[in-house]
Amino acid sequence: MADPIHQFQLKNIATLGHLGNQEIVFTQSSLFMLVAVGVITLFMLAGTAGRGLVPGRLQSMVELSYEFVANTVRSSAGNEGMRFFPFVFSLFMFVLILNLAGLIPYSFTVTSHIIITAALALLVIGVVVVYGVMKHGTHFFGLFVPGGVPPVMLAILVPIEIISFISRPISLSVRLFANMLAGHIALKIFAGFIGSLLAAGAWGIISPLPLALTVALTALEVLVAVLQAYVFATLTSIYLNDALHPGH
Amino acid sequence: MATTTQATTEAHGGAHAAGGAFPPFDSSTFGSQLIWLALAFGALYLLMSKVALPRVARILDERNGKITGDLETAAKLKSQTDDAIASYEKALADARANAQAIAGETRDKLQAETDARRKALEADLHAKLEAAEAQIVAGKTAAMQNVRGIAADATAAIVQQLVGRTPSTDEVDAAVSQSLGR
Repeated sequence: MADPIHQFQLKNIATLGHLGNQEIVFTQSSLFMLVAVGVITLFMLAGTAGRGLVPGRLQSMVELSYEFVANTVRSSAGNEGMRFFPFVFSLFMFVLILNLAGLIPYSFTVTSHIIITAALALLVIGVVVVYGVMKHGTHFFGLFVPGGVPPVMLAILVPIEIISFISRPISLSVRLFANMLAGHIALKIFAGFIGSLLAAGAWGIISPLPLALTVALTALEVLVAVLQAYVFATLTSIYLNDALHPGH
Repeated sequence: MATTTQATTEAHGGAHAAGGAFPPFDSSTFGSQLIWLALAFGALYLLMSKVALPRVARILDERNGKITGDLETAAKLKSQTDDAIASYEKALADARANAQAIAGETRDKLQAETDARRKALEADLHAKLEAAEAQIVAGKTAAMQNVRGIAADATAAIVQQLVGRTPSTDEVDAAVSQSLGR
């Protein structure tokens, strides 16, 4: 039976050098990221090339994704949040395309590596903290002090608020990573069953069962891929709202 | 026991190309992944914020501007139409009032003319009536004169037949007057 973990193995395409004791390599993960950037850019530029007053199909898709992310940002972080719109849009498209690309058979899922999702989540929280402190100074830390609470309760609530803030990048990164990892492992295992059952003689009769399950799981994974990209963008907008309006 | 476990782990790990750790937790790949992520995401952010998104925003702005402009033009045309309808109705009302005024004037004029003619006719008839009445009175008077003459002549003739002599005109007149005056 095929190893369900093998698909997450990084494959070295070219070794570029060493940084300390770390080997800097160009892997299929790097290739997928660059291809995703290319695909997104091509999509956006081809869709806006016609500049039609009445949009065509591709332009409609571009406008739809633009309006979708813009509405997400606006509803969570208000009109001020629109200054972060390019950031949230890039995040959403990047995660969405990488998630969807991973569903193509024999391809690689960049977002199934926790270092990628953690880096993106830390980038989001980093932007929130840096922008919040730049804009509001120490007032930003009022985020940890809920209003209208007796001082005695604050002794309990402030640590809880701080822990909840720190757990944000963890939950943000682990949610995406775990969803991608688990989905692809499940897909691989059920797809592996088909081969194993066919190889097991008479048992081959029930091989359509895992096949049907694989088809259903693929549909579910497409949903999860889109949903996780949306969740990532929505949570980013909500966290950015804290940087813009730290008052509770 | 420990040796066996290690051997199994190594055998299992050997199936993986990089040997060992679960790939997503293999920290030896983190540096490369982070560098390529930074490059890719940085490039994507620049491309989106500087090129792609302003293009979409411009298209959407143009469309909104066009729609707003078209709606304004439509509103302007509608108000022009309303003005035209109002002026048409005003013209219609004026024409109607004018026509009524002309009709009233004509009716009054015709009325006045008819009245004048009727009055003239009446005056004419009145005059004719008076003339006729005067004539009748004159005729009556003349007839009365004639009756007197006839009475005088008849008296004279009767007296001649009875007396055999012709009475004088004065006597006859006095007798007739006496008789008529009674």
